Amino acid sequence: MKKLLISTIASLALATGAMAAGGGDVHIEDHDWSFEGPFGSYDTLQLQRGLQVFTEVCSACHGVKFVGFYALDDEGGPALPEAQVREYAKGFEVWNEKTKEYQTAQYSDHFPENAGVGAPDLSLMAKARAGFHGPYGLGINQVVKGMGGPEYIYSLLTGYTGHETEDGLHENTAYPSGALSMAPPLEDGIVTYADGSPETLKQYSEDVTAFLMWTAEPKLNQRKRGGMIAVLMLGFLSVLLFLANKALWYPVKHPRKED
Amino acid sequence: MSGIPHDHYEPTSAVGKWFHKRLPIVSLAYGTLMIPTPKNLNWWWIWGIVLTFCLVLMIVTGIVLAMHYNVGDGFESVEHIMRDVNGGWAWRYVHMNGASLFFIAVYIHIFRGLYYGSYKAPREITWVVGVIIFLLMMATAFMGYTLPQGQMSLHGTSVITGLFGTIPWVGEDIKLWLLGGPAVSGASYNRFFALHFLLPFVIAAMVAVHIWAFHTTGNNNPAGVDVRIKTKEVAEKDTLPFWPYFVIKDLVGLCFVLTAFAAIVWMMPNYLGHPDNYIVGNPFVTPEHIVPEWYFLPFYAMLRAIDFDIIFIPAAFAGFAVMMGSVLILAIAPWTDTSEVRSGRYRPMLKWFFWLLVADFIFLMWAGSQSTDMTILSISVTRLALLGAIYWFAYFLIVLPLLGIIEKTHTVPDTIEGDFNATHGAE
Repeated sequence: MKKLLISTIASLALATGAMAAGGGDVHIEDHDWSFEGPFGSYDTLQLQRGLQVFTEVCSACHGVKFVGFYALDDEGGPALPEAQVREYAKGFEVWNEKTKEYQTAQYSDHFPENAGVGAPDLSLMAKARAGFHGPYGLGINQVVKGMGGPEYIYSLLTGYTGHETEDGLHENTAYPSGALSMAPPLEDGIVTYADGSPETLKQYSEDVTAFLMWTAEPKLNQRKRGGMIAVLMLGFLSVLLFLANKALWYPVKHPRKED
Repeated sequence: MSGIPHDHYEPTSAVGKWFHKRLPIVSLAYGTLMIPTPKNLNWWWIWGIVLTFCLVLMIVTGIVLAMHYNVGDGFESVEHIMRDVNGGWAWRYVHMNGASLFFIAVYIHIFRGLYYGSYKAPREITWVVGVIIFLLMMATAFMGYTLPQGQMSLHGTSVITGLFGTIPWVGEDIKLWLLGGPAVSGASYNRFFALHFLLPFVIAAMVAVHIWAFHTTGNNNPAGVDVRIKTKEVAEKDTLPFWPYFVIKDLVGLCFVLTAFAAIVWMMPNYLGHPDNYIVGNPFVTPEHIVPEWYFLPFYAMLRAIDFDIIFIPAAFAGFAVMMGSVLILAIAPWTDTSEVRSGRYRPMLKWFFWLLVADFIFLMWAGSQSTDMTILSISVTRLALLGAIYWFAYFLIVLPLLGIIEKTHTVPDTIEGDFNATHGAE
């Protein structure tokens, strides 16, 4: 047991050491998102474009298994018309546990798991990665810039150097070890947008990142609205209570002089 | 309930009298709510109510979450709560951040007790029960953190239960018993869920004992002098009834704290968590950096500070013993503090050592979050944490006993009334 413990601690130290060594110049760019800040919210059209990029490119290898098709028509999400979502779902096949067969996906299904080539599920990726740390482990950057999950994804998608390493990995300035097995998935013009947005690597990366933030945090719009209302109400109540308390204690703290 | 003379509930109606003879519950509630409370209590005394509120908040949100949680696939069911349950994201984020609020409150509460000497006679039982509550909170929080079954849940559980495995002779059996098998599995999560549900109610019972104990002795107060109890009239010069004076005051504090809490949930609900826990637990992939939740970091730092064998005690067990000891040592403060003066306000030397202890605690919290190869001025962070751990123990074992002998204390006010009037300028 002691061995395991020590090896855990040791591997922890080694891993972080290796990470620091390999990822010395990991570059995560801070980026402005519509959903950032206390009053941020998703840009519906951007989520729709992101969904398109995901569908046409990413979904070849990656799944988003925690996301239901039924969520695609949610307000605060891509907000597609329900009929369109029903149609969209038909483009996927999902595993039926009862019949032990693949079948055409329905509105009520989740996106299929897609572990064929060992690509990770992307549902929660925007919350499972942190782009920003420190300084000195104090967590100040995360307060100022946010956790940096979306920034990490964006920087990864745009961070390919074009070089391949000897073992066939693709060099990337955002990836912790400096190179990864995923080939650059996006390039200018690979997806055709209907709304006239620029068909560039940067635009695609931004859109699909926003979409992946939504898959990770689908209730963000509700949270930002509800949170603000909660803070305003509690703040107001605090002030009222403070004044009530002051009035209540006034006679105790300022007793009238007797006689 | 309290030794301070005060009015008692007298039933006036016939029904009230009939009921009172059979079950004096109204009297109990009256006595509890109207308890004479030192009128000089300052704002550091609000955290008890914040803690009580936290307990209720955690139980209520926890029960709602338990209605939707499925221990068989915890990770998936947490996502189900976050996505498909009405308002589920709010229940979950409040519960998750509520744990942090709970610990912020308990740390302030504990340090308040240390500064004002609230642990000293006659409140030793209140203090020791408080330490037990703190331990139960830690156990509950730890088991709660395993339930989303993410990477940190899984590997954190391995590390912590591994610590129990370091206990000589019986360790392996204890670990097996805790986990329900040789490694973290469904059996482990099942028992953690059961205990995570049970322990809050044990805490609630201990909180009742905690309150009972200090209602028996009366509250401590910033001056640290006792309420005069000779007659009701003189006691009333030192105290005010809990309702409405302190209920309203506590609610002010609670409401300000909750405003800040709501702001965290609103703007950065995942700030205090670990991104790794949004990755489903995988025993074959160890996270680069296994770190406990922030509230365990000071104690974790003390665990890691012992990376060497102490004579014949292997490092791993020694670290574990130091970690457990660092919590348990709180309980001996009432007996190692030799000072005649209760409140730190009148103890010029204690103030320095106290604030150094607070700084030490914050430093250890930071040290626990760093990887072990971190250095400051080329001194390893584990060595610095070792110094921090030594001071932590020394405070209770050396500083408190010694100060009682060497310290020249300031003049303590004769009465609570005197202290209160000195502050509020009443003639």
